[in-house]
Amino acid sequence: MNWTPADPMVSLKDVHKSFGELKVLNGVSLDVMKGDVICIIGPSGSGKSTLIRCVNALNDIQKGSILVEGQEVNDPNLDKLELRKKVGMVFQQYNLFPHKTALQNVMMAPVRVLKQDKAKAEETARALIRKVRLEGKENAYPGELSGGQQQRVAIARSLAMQPDVILFDEVTAALDPETVGEVLQTIKDLAEDGMTCILVTHEMAFAREVADHIYFTDRGVIVEHGPPETFFKNAQDPRTKEFLSQIL
Amino acid sequence: MTYRTDLPVMLPVKRPEAEPFLGLKLWHMLPIALIAIIGPSLAFAQSSADGQTPFGILLNWAPLLLKGFIFNLVISVSAMALGTVGGAILGLGQISLFAPTRHGSWFVTQFFRNAPWLVLLFFAMFLLPFEINVFGLKIPFPDWFKAILGLSLPVMANVSEIVRGAVRSLPSGQWEAAESLAYTRLQTLWLIILPQCVKRMLPPWMNLYSILTMATVLASIVGVNEVMTLTGQALASEGGRPDLLAPFYGFVLLLFFVYCYPIAKFTVWLEKKYAVIT
Ligand SMILES: Nc1ncnc2c1ncn2[C@@H]1O[C@H](COP(=O)(O)OP(=O)(O)OP(=O)(O)O)[C@@H](O)[C@H]1O
Ligand SMILES: [Mg+2]
Repeated sequence: MNWTPADPMVSLKDVHKSFGELKVLNGVSLDVMKGDVICIIGPSGSGKSTLIRCVNALNDIQKGSILVEGQEVNDPNLDKLELRKKVGMVFQQYNLFPHKTALQNVMMAPVRVLKQDKAKAEETARALIRKVRLEGKENAYPGELSGGQQQRVAIARSLAMQPDVILFDEVTAALDPETVGEVLQTIKDLAEDGMTCILVTHEMAFAREVADHIYFTDRGVIVEHGPPETFFKNAQDPRTKEFLSQIL
Repeated sequence: MTYRTDLPVMLPVKRPEAEPFLGLKLWHMLPIALIAIIGPSLAFAQSSADGQTPFGILLNWAPLLLKGFIFNLVISVSAMALGTVGGAILGLGQISLFAPTRHGSWFVTQFFRNAPWLVLLFFAMFLLPFEINVFGLKIPFPDWFKAILGLSLPVMANVSEIVRGAVRSLPSGQWEAAESLAYTRLQTLWLIILPQCVKRMLPPWMNLYSILTMATVLASIVGVNEVMTLTGQALASEGGRPDLLAPFYGFVLLLFFVYCYPIAKFTVWLEKKYAVIT
Protein backbone atom coordinates (compact mmCIF):
# COMPACT_ATOMS: atom_id res chain seq x y z
CA MET A 1 0.00 0.00 0.00
CA ASN A 2 1.46 3.29 -1.06
CA TRP A 3 0.74 6.32 1.00
CA THR A 4 -0.22 9.56 -0.76
CA PRO A 5 -0.72 12.99 0.83
CA ALA A 6 -4.44 12.56 0.20
CA ASP A 7 -4.50 9.71 2.75
CA PRO A 8 -4.50 10.42 6.49
CA MET A 9 -1.07 11.30 7.79
CA VAL A 10 -1.78 9.51 11.04
CA SER A 11 -4.47 6.89 11.22
CA LEU A 12 -5.42 4.95 14.35
CA LYS A 13 -7.78 2.00 14.08
CA ASP A 14 -9.18 0.21 17.12
CA VAL A 15 -6.11 0.79 19.25
CA HIS A 16 -5.95 -1.19 22.51
CA LYS A 17 -3.31 -0.63 25.14
CA SER A 18 -2.95 -1.85 28.69
CA PHE A 19 -0.29 -1.59 31.36
CA GLY A 20 -0.43 -5.05 32.84
CA GLU A 21 -3.98 -5.48 34.09
CA LEU A 22 -4.88 -1.82 33.65
CA LYS A 23 -6.65 -1.18 30.35
CA VAL A 24 -5.82 2.34 29.26
CA LEU A 25 -6.97 2.46 25.62
CA ASN A 26 -10.04 0.46 24.61
CA GLY A 27 -10.41 0.76 20.88
CA VAL A 28 -9.44 4.24 19.79
CA SER A 29 -9.80 5.25 16.14
CA LEU A 30 -9.01 8.60 14.62
CA ASP A 31 -7.56 10.09 11.45
CA VAL A 32 -5.36 13.13 11.08
CA MET A 33 -4.94 14.68 7.64
CA LYS A 34 -1.87 16.58 6.54
CA GLY A 35 -1.97 20.12 7.89
CA ASP A 36 -4.66 19.29 10.43
CA VAL A 37 -4.51 20.44 14.02
CA ILE A 38 -6.38 18.12 16.33
CA CYS A 39 -6.86 18.56 20.06
CA ILE A 40 -7.45 15.71 22.46
CA ILE A 41 -9.15 16.68 25.69
CA GLY A 42 -10.46 14.67 28.57
CA PRO A 43 -10.22 14.05 32.30
CA SER A 44 -6.96 13.15 34.00
CA GLY A 45 -6.03 9.51 33.61
CA SER A 46 -8.27 8.99 30.58
CA GLY A 47 -5.29 7.89 28.48
CA LYS A 48 -4.50 11.03 26.47
CA SER A 49 -0.76 10.91 27.01
CA THR A 50 -0.67 7.18 26.41
CA LEU A 51 -2.58 7.68 23.18
CA ILE A 52 -0.15 10.13 21.63
CA ARG A 53 2.91 8.32 22.98
CA CYS A 54 1.79 5.29 21.00
CA VAL A 55 2.03 7.30 17.79
CA ASN A 56 5.82 7.62 18.02
CA ALA A 57 6.21 4.19 19.63
CA LEU A 58 7.24 5.45 23.08
CA ASN A 59 4.49 3.06 24.19
CA ASP A 60 3.68 -0.14 22.35
CA ILE A 61 0.11 -1.30 21.77
CA GLN A 62 -1.44 -4.72 22.15
CA LYS A 63 -4.05 -4.58 19.42
CA GLY A 64 -5.08 -2.40 16.51
CA SER A 65 -3.23 -0.42 13.93
CA ILE A 66 -1.43 2.90 13.85
CA LEU A 67 -0.35 4.11 10.43
CA VAL A 68 1.99 7.07 10.10
CA GLU A 69 2.25 8.02 6.44
CA GLY A 70 1.27 4.46 5.67
CA GLN A 71 3.94 2.94 7.92
CA GLU A 72 2.52 0.48 10.45
CA VAL A 73 3.69 1.32 13.97
CA ASN A 74 2.26 -1.84 15.56
CA ASP A 75 4.86 -4.05 13.91
CA PRO A 76 7.62 -5.95 15.68
CA ASN A 77 10.00 -5.12 12.83
CA LEU A 78 9.20 -1.41 12.95
CA ASP A 79 12.18 0.86 12.32
CA LYS A 80 11.55 3.16 15.27
CA LEU A 81 14.29 5.58 14.28
CA GLU A 82 12.74 6.14 10.84
CA LEU A 83 9.32 6.64 12.44
CA ARG A 84 10.67 9.16 14.95
CA LYS A 85 12.35 11.18 12.25
CA LYS A 86 8.85 11.83 10.91
CA VAL A 87 7.10 12.36 14.26
CA GLY A 88 8.30 15.07 16.63
CA MET A 89 7.26 15.32 20.25
CA VAL A 90 7.11 18.10 22.84
CA PHE A 91 6.68 17.19 26.50
CA GLN A 92 5.00 18.76 29.49
CA GLN A 93 8.32 18.90 31.36
CA TYR A 94 10.26 20.28 28.32
CA ASN A 95 13.00 17.65 28.82
CA LEU A 96 15.73 19.83 27.38
CA PHE A 97 19.26 18.47 27.78
CA PRO A 98 20.54 20.54 30.72
CA HIS A 99 24.23 20.16 29.84
CA LYS A 100 23.76 21.71 26.40
CA THR A 101 22.99 25.29 25.41
CA ALA A 102 19.75 26.22 23.68
CA LEU A 103 21.53 26.25 20.33
CA GLN A 104 23.17 22.87 20.94
CA ASN A 105 19.86 21.41 22.06
CA VAL A 106 18.33 22.45 18.75
CA MET A 107 21.16 21.49 16.40
CA MET A 108 22.46 18.32 18.03
CA ALA A 109 19.90 15.88 16.63
CA PRO A 110 20.09 17.17 13.04
CA VAL A 111 23.87 16.78 13.17
CA ARG A 112 24.03 13.45 15.00
CA VAL A 113 20.88 11.76 13.75
CA LEU A 114 20.24 13.26 10.32
CA LYS A 115 24.00 13.65 9.68
CA GLN A 116 23.48 17.22 8.49
CA ASP A 117 26.44 19.44 7.86
CA LYS A 118 27.29 21.26 11.09
CA ALA A 119 27.37 24.77 9.65
CA LYS A 120 24.08 24.26 7.86
CA ALA A 121 22.46 22.74 10.96
CA GLU A 122 23.62 25.70 13.03
CA GLU A 123 22.17 28.14 10.53
CA THR A 124 18.83 26.33 10.61
CA ALA A 125 18.93 26.14 14.39
CA ARG A 126 19.54 29.88 14.72
CA ALA A 127 16.65 30.57 12.36
CA LEU A 128 14.39 28.32 14.41
CA ILE A 129 15.40 30.00 17.65
CA ARG A 130 14.48 33.32 16.02
CA LYS A 131 11.20 31.80 14.90
CA VAL A 132 10.26 30.89 18.47
CA ARG A 133 11.26 34.45 19.44
CA LEU A 134 14.32 33.57 21.51
CA GLU A 135 16.97 35.50 19.65
CA GLY A 136 19.86 36.23 21.98
CA LYS A 137 19.29 33.12 24.10
CA GLU A 138 21.28 30.79 21.82
CA ASN A 139 24.07 30.30 24.33
CA ALA A 140 21.92 30.09 27.45
CA TYR A 141 21.67 26.79 29.27
CA PRO A 142 18.17 25.44 30.00
CA GLY A 143 18.67 26.19 33.70
CA GLU A 144 19.05 29.87 32.83
CA LEU A 145 15.75 30.05 30.92
CA SER A 146 12.19 30.45 32.16
CA GLY A 147 9.74 27.59 31.72
CA GLY A 148 8.11 29.24 28.74
CA GLN A 149 11.46 29.90 27.11
CA GLN A 150 12.57 26.32 27.71
CA GLN A 151 9.38 25.02 26.17
CA ARG A 152 9.92 27.16 23.08
CA VAL A 153 13.45 25.81 22.76
CA ALA A 154 11.95 22.33 22.99
CA ILE A 155 9.56 23.18 20.17
CA ALA A 156 12.46 24.51 18.09
CA ARG A 157 14.42 21.35 18.87
CA SER A 158 11.58 19.25 17.57
CA LEU A 159 11.14 21.43 14.47
CA ALA A 160 14.83 21.13 13.63
CA MET A 161 14.25 17.49 12.73
CA GLN A 162 11.77 18.66 10.08
CA PRO A 163 9.05 16.26 11.21
CA ASP A 164 5.83 15.80 9.28
CA VAL A 165 3.73 15.78 12.43
CA ILE A 166 4.37 16.98 15.98
CA LEU A 167 2.83 15.59 19.17
CA PHE A 168 2.27 18.04 22.02
CA ASP A 169 1.53 16.56 25.44
CA GLU A 170 0.08 19.26 27.71
CA VAL A 171 3.00 21.48 26.87
CA THR A 172 1.66 24.44 28.86
CA ALA A 173 0.57 22.51 31.95
CA ALA A 174 3.83 23.06 33.85
CA LEU A 175 4.11 26.76 33.01
CA ASP A 176 3.38 29.89 34.99
CA PRO A 177 0.17 31.51 33.77
CA GLU A 178 2.03 34.52 32.39
CA THR A 179 4.23 32.38 30.11
CA VAL A 180 1.49 30.11 28.79
CA GLY A 181 0.53 32.67 26.15
CA GLU A 182 3.94 32.85 24.49
CA VAL A 183 4.07 29.07 24.04
CA LEU A 184 0.52 28.90 22.70
CA GLN A 185 1.38 31.69 20.27
CA THR A 186 4.34 29.65 19.02
CA ILE A 187 2.11 26.65 18.40
CA LYS A 188 -0.44 28.87 16.68
CA ASP A 189 2.30 30.12 14.34
CA LEU A 190 3.18 26.52 13.52
CA ALA A 191 -0.42 25.64 12.83
CA GLU A 192 -0.72 28.60 10.48
CA ASP A 193 2.41 27.42 8.66
CA GLY A 194 0.55 24.20 7.95
CA MET A 195 2.30 21.89 10.41
CA THR A 196 0.30 18.81 11.31
CA CYS A 197 -0.22 18.87 15.08
CA ILE A 198 -1.73 16.47 17.58
CA LEU A 199 -2.23 18.31 20.84
CA VAL A 200 -3.27 17.13 24.27
CA THR A 201 -4.37 20.23 26.13
CA HIS A 202 -6.45 21.67 28.92
CA GLU A 203 -6.52 25.11 27.28
CA MET A 204 -10.07 25.10 25.96
CA ALA A 205 -10.04 28.61 24.48
CA PHE A 206 -6.88 27.75 22.63
CA ALA A 207 -8.27 24.44 21.40
CA ARG A 208 -11.34 26.21 20.16
CA GLU A 209 -9.26 28.73 18.27
CA VAL A 210 -6.63 26.56 16.56
CA ALA A 211 -8.11 23.08 16.32
CA ASP A 212 -9.67 21.71 13.17
CA HIS A 213 -11.09 18.86 15.16
CA ILE A 214 -11.59 18.11 18.85
CA TYR A 215 -11.62 14.65 20.42
CA PHE A 216 -12.92 14.02 23.91
CA THR A 217 -11.61 10.90 25.60
CA ASP A 218 -12.78 9.19 28.76
CA ARG A 219 -11.57 5.89 30.17
CA GLY A 220 -9.71 4.92 27.04
CA VAL A 221 -12.38 5.58 24.44
CA ILE A 222 -13.25 8.56 22.30
CA VAL A 223 -16.62 9.62 23.63
CA GLU A 224 -17.32 12.42 21.22
CA HIS A 225 -15.57 14.41 18.52
CA GLY A 226 -16.23 17.14 16.03
CA PRO A 227 -15.17 20.55 14.77
CA PRO A 228 -14.72 23.04 17.63
CA GLU A 229 -17.88 25.03 17.00
CA THR A 230 -20.26 22.07 17.14
CA PHE A 231 -18.22 20.34 19.82
CA PHE A 232 -18.27 23.19 22.31
CA LYS A 233 -21.80 24.41 21.52
CA ASN A 234 -23.62 21.13 20.94
CA ALA A 235 -21.97 18.46 23.00
CA GLN A 236 -24.31 15.47 23.05
CA ASP A 237 -22.79 12.99 25.46
CA PRO A 238 -23.47 13.60 29.16
CA ARG A 239 -19.80 12.87 30.01
CA THR A 240 -18.64 15.56 27.60
CA LYS A 241 -21.18 18.00 28.98
CA GLU A 242 -20.08 17.34 32.52
CA PHE A 243 -16.40 17.75 31.66
CA LEU A 244 -17.01 20.97 29.76
CA SER A 245 -19.16 22.41 32.54
CA GLN A 246 -16.34 21.76 35.02
CA ILE A 247 -13.57 23.19 32.92
CA LEU A 248 -15.20 26.18 31.18
CA MET B 1 17.23 15.37 43.30
CA THR B 2 16.99 11.95 44.87
CA TYR B 3 19.12 8.95 44.12
CA ARG B 4 17.32 5.63 43.88
CA THR B 5 20.08 3.37 45.13
CA ASP B 6 21.13 1.40 48.13
CA LEU B 7 24.76 2.37 47.78
CA PRO B 8 25.70 4.45 50.81
CA VAL B 9 28.00 6.77 48.87
CA MET B 10 25.17 7.56 46.45
CA LEU B 11 22.70 8.52 49.12
CA PRO B 12 21.93 12.21 49.48
CA VAL B 13 24.66 13.91 51.42
CA LYS B 14 23.98 16.04 54.43
CA ARG B 15 24.80 19.62 53.67
CA PRO B 16 28.27 20.21 55.12
CA GLU B 17 28.43 22.73 57.93
CA ALA B 18 29.51 26.16 56.89
CA GLU B 19 32.11 26.49 59.62
CA PRO B 20 34.81 23.81 59.89
CA PHE B 21 34.88 21.87 63.14
CA LEU B 22 36.03 24.19 65.98
CA GLY B 23 37.07 26.64 63.27
CA LEU B 24 40.00 24.41 62.37
CA LYS B 25 41.51 24.65 58.92
CA LEU B 26 43.32 21.93 57.02
CA TRP B 27 46.80 23.11 57.97
CA HIS B 28 45.88 23.11 61.66
CA MET B 29 45.65 19.35 61.48
CA LEU B 30 49.31 18.99 60.68
CA PRO B 31 50.80 20.37 63.91
CA ILE B 32 48.09 18.63 65.92
CA ALA B 33 48.99 15.30 64.37
CA LEU B 34 52.69 15.95 64.81
CA ILE B 35 52.24 16.75 68.49
CA ALA B 36 50.19 13.59 68.90
CA ILE B 37 53.06 11.57 67.49
CA ILE B 38 56.02 13.34 68.98
CA GLY B 39 54.48 13.73 72.41
CA PRO B 40 54.52 10.06 73.40
CA SER B 41 57.90 9.51 71.76
CA LEU B 42 59.42 12.31 73.87
CA ALA B 43 57.99 10.65 76.95
CA PHE B 44 59.62 7.38 75.98
CA ALA B 45 62.83 9.13 74.98
CA GLN B 46 64.05 9.40 78.58
CA SER B 47 63.94 5.65 78.98
CA SER B 48 65.82 5.09 75.74
CA ALA B 49 69.13 3.36 76.39
CA ASP B 50 71.43 4.23 73.50
CA GLY B 51 71.01 8.00 73.43
CA GLN B 52 69.20 8.19 70.09
CA THR B 53 65.65 9.51 70.46
CA PRO B 54 62.78 7.59 68.85
CA PHE B 55 62.12 10.63 66.73
CA GLY B 56 65.70 10.55 65.46
CA ILE B 57 65.33 6.87 64.56
CA LEU B 58 62.09 7.63 62.74
CA LEU B 59 63.88 10.33 60.75
CA ASN B 60 66.44 7.76 59.61
CA TRP B 61 63.72 5.45 58.40
CA ALA B 62 61.43 8.13 57.00
CA PRO B 63 62.76 8.09 53.40
CA LEU B 64 62.23 4.33 53.14
CA LEU B 65 58.75 4.54 54.65
CA LEU B 66 57.89 7.35 52.27
CA LYS B 67 58.94 5.17 49.36
CA GLY B 68 56.69 2.43 50.69
CA PHE B 69 53.84 4.91 50.92
CA ILE B 70 54.36 5.99 47.33
CA PHE B 71 54.08 2.33 46.42
CA ASN B 72 50.70 2.32 48.20
CA LEU B 73 49.66 5.24 46.06
CA VAL B 74 50.79 3.47 42.89
CA ILE B 75 48.72 0.45 43.90
CA SER B 76 45.70 2.63 44.68
CA VAL B 77 45.86 4.61 41.43
CA SER B 78 46.34 1.47 39.33
CA ALA B 79 43.58 -0.46 41.08
CA MET B 80 41.30 2.56 40.74
CA ALA B 81 42.02 2.87 37.03
CA LEU B 82 41.48 -0.82 36.37
CA GLY B 83 38.40 -0.94 38.58
CA THR B 84 36.91 2.15 36.96
CA VAL B 85 37.25 0.77 33.45
CA GLY B 86 35.85 -2.59 34.51
CA GLY B 87 33.15 -0.97 36.62
CA ALA B 88 32.04 1.36 33.83
CA ILE B 89 31.59 -1.61 31.51
CA LEU B 90 29.84 -3.62 34.20
CA GLY B 91 27.61 -0.66 35.14
CA LEU B 92 26.53 -0.18 31.53
CA GLY B 93 25.95 -3.92 31.39
CA GLN B 94 23.54 -3.51 34.30
CA ILE B 95 21.36 -1.16 32.24
CA SER B 96 21.59 -3.20 29.06
CA LEU B 97 18.36 -4.01 27.24
CA PHE B 98 19.67 -7.55 26.70
CA ALA B 99 18.47 -9.48 29.73
CA PRO B 100 21.36 -11.99 30.03
CA THR B 101 23.90 -9.14 29.99
CA ARG B 102 21.87 -7.23 32.54
CA HIS B 103 21.47 -10.17 34.89
CA GLY B 104 25.06 -11.31 34.49
CA SER B 105 26.41 -7.83 35.22
CA TRP B 106 24.12 -7.51 38.19
CA PHE B 107 25.31 -10.81 39.61
CA VAL B 108 29.01 -10.03 39.17
CA THR B 109 28.49 -6.61 40.73
CA GLN B 110 26.65 -7.95 43.74
CA PHE B 111 29.13 -10.78 44.20
CA PHE B 112 32.18 -8.54 44.40
CA ARG B 113 30.41 -5.77 46.30
CA ASN B 114 29.47 -8.11 49.09
CA ALA B 115 32.83 -9.83 49.46
CA PRO B 116 35.39 -8.72 52.07
CA TRP B 117 38.25 -6.93 50.33
CA LEU B 118 40.87 -8.98 52.14
CA VAL B 119 39.35 -12.24 50.95
CA LEU B 120 39.36 -11.01 47.36
CA LEU B 121 42.98 -10.02 47.82
CA PHE B 122 43.85 -13.51 49.05
CA PHE B 123 42.05 -15.03 46.11
CA ALA B 124 43.99 -12.89 43.65
CA MET B 125 47.24 -13.69 45.44
CA PHE B 126 46.92 -17.44 45.62
CA LEU B 127 44.80 -18.29 42.60
CA LEU B 128 46.73 -16.32 40.00
CA PRO B 129 49.92 -17.95 38.72
CA PHE B 130 53.22 -16.17 39.39
CA GLU B 131 53.74 -15.94 35.65
CA ILE B 132 51.79 -16.68 32.48
CA ASN B 133 53.00 -18.17 29.26
CA VAL B 134 51.95 -16.35 26.10
CA PHE B 135 53.39 -17.94 22.96
CA GLY B 136 56.49 -19.03 24.81
CA LEU B 137 56.89 -15.57 26.30
CA LYS B 138 56.92 -15.66 30.08
CA ILE B 139 55.08 -12.69 31.59
CA PRO B 140 55.70 -12.54 35.32
CA PHE B 141 52.87 -11.74 37.72
CA PRO B 142 54.61 -10.12 40.67
CA ASP B 143 52.81 -9.89 44.01
CA TRP B 144 52.16 -6.19 43.73
CA PHE B 145 50.45 -6.73 40.38
CA LYS B 146 48.23 -9.39 41.89
CA ALA B 147 47.43 -7.00 44.73
CA ILE B 148 46.33 -4.40 42.19
CA LEU B 149 44.10 -6.95 40.48
CA GLY B 150 42.69 -8.15 43.78
CA LEU B 151 41.86 -4.64 44.97
CA SER B 152 40.43 -3.60 41.61
CA LEU B 153 37.67 -6.21 41.93
CA PRO B 154 35.70 -4.54 44.73
CA VAL B 155 36.42 -1.16 43.15
CA MET B 156 34.95 -2.44 39.91
CA ALA B 157 31.79 -3.62 41.67
CA ASN B 158 31.36 -0.32 43.49
CA VAL B 159 31.98 1.75 40.34
CA SER B 160 29.41 -0.43 38.60
CA GLU B 161 26.85 0.53 41.24
CA ILE B 162 27.83 4.19 41.03
CA VAL B 163 27.29 4.15 37.26
CA ARG B 164 23.97 2.35 37.53
CA GLY B 165 22.78 4.62 40.33
CA ALA B 166 23.74 7.76 38.45
CA VAL B 167 22.02 6.64 35.26
CA ARG B 168 18.91 5.67 37.20
CA SER B 169 18.87 8.99 39.01
CA LEU B 170 18.36 10.92 35.77
CA PRO B 171 14.72 11.74 35.03
CA SER B 172 13.20 9.34 32.48
CA GLY B 173 12.21 12.37 30.44
CA GLN B 174 15.80 12.66 29.27
CA TRP B 175 15.61 9.19 27.74
CA GLU B 176 12.21 9.87 26.21
CA ALA B 177 13.26 13.18 24.71
CA ALA B 178 16.32 11.55 23.16
CA GLU B 179 14.27 8.59 21.91
CA SER B 180 11.70 10.83 20.29
CA LEU B 181 14.50 12.69 18.49
CA ALA B 182 15.51 9.36 16.92
CA TYR B 183 18.83 9.01 18.73
CA THR B 184 20.04 5.43 18.92
CA ARG B 185 20.42 3.97 22.39
CA LEU B 186 24.19 4.22 22.18
CA GLN B 187 24.02 7.87 21.11
CA THR B 188 21.55 8.58 23.91
CA LEU B 189 23.90 7.08 26.46
CA TRP B 190 27.02 8.67 25.11
CA LEU B 191 25.75 12.15 24.22
CA ILE B 192 22.98 12.73 26.71
CA ILE B 193 22.93 10.40 29.68
CA LEU B 194 26.57 9.80 30.60
CA PRO B 195 27.72 13.44 30.31
CA GLN B 196 25.08 14.33 32.88
CA CYS B 197 26.09 11.41 35.07
CA VAL B 198 29.75 12.33 35.33
CA LYS B 199 28.97 15.18 37.70
CA ARG B 200 26.86 12.93 39.86
CA MET B 201 29.41 10.14 39.84
CA LEU B 202 32.46 12.20 40.72
CA PRO B 203 31.90 12.63 44.47
CA PRO B 204 31.09 8.96 45.21
CA TRP B 205 33.91 7.90 42.92
CA MET B 206 36.39 10.03 44.88
CA ASN B 207 35.01 8.68 48.13
CA LEU B 208 35.67 5.21 46.84
CA TYR B 209 39.21 6.21 45.94
CA SER B 210 39.86 7.38 49.50
CA ILE B 211 38.57 4.11 50.88
CA LEU B 212 40.70 2.17 48.41
CA THR B 213 43.83 4.13 49.31
CA MET B 214 43.37 3.27 52.94
CA ALA B 215 42.68 -0.35 52.02
CA THR B 216 46.01 -0.69 50.20
CA VAL B 217 47.65 -1.50 53.56
CA LEU B 218 45.82 -4.83 53.32
CA ALA B 219 48.48 -5.75 50.78
CA SER B 220 50.96 -5.97 53.66
CA ILE B 221 49.13 -9.06 54.90
CA VAL B 222 49.91 -10.82 51.64
CA GLY B 223 53.52 -9.69 51.70
CA VAL B 224 53.69 -6.75 49.31
CA ASN B 225 56.42 -4.28 50.24
CA GLU B 226 54.15 -1.35 50.91
CA VAL B 227 54.37 1.08 53.79
CA MET B 228 52.96 -1.18 56.53
CA THR B 229 55.25 -4.06 55.61
CA LEU B 230 58.25 -1.74 55.60
CA THR B 231 57.24 -0.22 58.93
CA GLY B 232 57.05 -3.66 60.44
CA GLN B 233 60.47 -4.53 59.05
CA ALA B 234 61.98 -1.27 60.28
CA LEU B 235 60.61 -1.85 63.77
CA ALA B 236 61.93 -5.38 63.77
CA SER B 237 65.41 -4.30 62.74
CA GLU B 238 65.38 -1.74 65.59
CA GLY B 239 64.90 -4.65 67.96
CA GLY B 240 61.15 -4.29 68.43
CA ARG B 241 61.45 -1.39 70.91
CA PRO B 242 57.96 -0.57 72.24
CA ASP B 243 58.74 3.14 72.44
CA LEU B 244 59.09 3.20 68.65
CA LEU B 245 55.61 1.86 67.91
CA ALA B 246 53.75 5.13 68.46
CA PRO B 247 56.02 7.35 66.36
CA PHE B 248 56.34 4.87 63.51
CA TYR B 249 52.68 3.97 63.14
CA GLY B 250 51.78 7.59 63.89
CA PHE B 251 53.95 8.60 60.96
CA VAL B 252 52.10 6.17 58.68
CA LEU B 253 48.77 7.53 59.89
CA LEU B 254 49.96 11.03 59.20
CA LEU B 255 50.97 10.12 55.64
CA PHE B 256 47.54 8.73 54.89
CA PHE B 257 45.84 11.66 56.55
CA VAL B 258 47.78 14.26 54.62
CA TYR B 259 46.92 12.47 51.38
CA CYS B 260 43.29 11.55 51.99
CA TYR B 261 42.01 14.56 53.88
CA PRO B 262 42.34 17.01 50.97
CA ILE B 263 40.55 14.48 48.74
CA ALA B 264 37.70 14.29 51.23
CA LYS B 265 37.60 18.10 51.42
CA PHE B 266 37.53 18.38 47.64
CA THR B 267 34.75 15.78 47.44
CA VAL B 268 32.61 17.76 49.83
CA TRP B 269 33.28 20.89 47.81
CA LEU B 270 32.25 19.10 44.60
CA GLU B 271 29.09 17.80 46.24
CA LYS B 272 28.17 21.30 47.34
CA LYS B 273 28.95 22.75 43.95
CA TYR B 274 26.91 20.23 41.97
CA ALA B 275 24.06 20.16 44.46
CA VAL B 276 23.35 23.77 43.54
CA ILE B 277 23.42 23.26 39.78
CA THR B 278 21.33 20.13 39.32
N1 LIG C 1 4.16 3.51 32.33
C1 LIG C 1 2.99 3.24 32.93
N2 LIG C 1 2.86 2.12 33.67
C2 LIG C 1 1.69 1.82 34.28
N3 LIG C 1 0.60 2.58 34.20
C3 LIG C 1 0.66 3.72 33.47
C4 LIG C 1 1.87 4.10 32.81
N4 LIG C 1 1.65 5.26 32.16
C5 LIG C 1 0.35 5.59 32.43
N5 LIG C 1 -0.24 4.67 33.20
C6 LIG C 1 -1.64 4.69 33.65
O1 LIG C 1 -2.46 4.80 32.52
C7 LIG C 1 -3.58 5.63 32.78
C8 LIG C 1 -3.64 6.72 31.71
O2 LIG C 1 -2.53 7.57 31.86
P1 LIG C 1 -2.27 8.81 30.92
O3 LIG C 1 -1.00 9.43 31.37
O4 LIG C 1 -2.35 8.38 29.51
O5 LIG C 1 -3.50 9.75 31.26
P2 LIG C 1 -3.74 11.23 30.82
O6 LIG C 1 -5.07 11.26 30.18
O7 LIG C 1 -2.61 11.74 30.03
O8 LIG C 1 -3.84 11.98 32.20
P3 LIG C 1 -3.30 13.43 32.62
O9 LIG C 1 -4.31 14.41 32.14
O10 LIG C 1 -3.24 13.36 34.11
O11 LIG C 1 -1.96 13.60 31.99
C9 LIG C 1 -3.40 6.16 34.18
O12 LIG C 1 -4.23 5.41 35.03
C10 LIG C 1 -1.96 5.90 34.49
O13 LIG C 1 -1.80 5.64 35.85
MG1 LIG D 1 -0.98 13.17 30.37
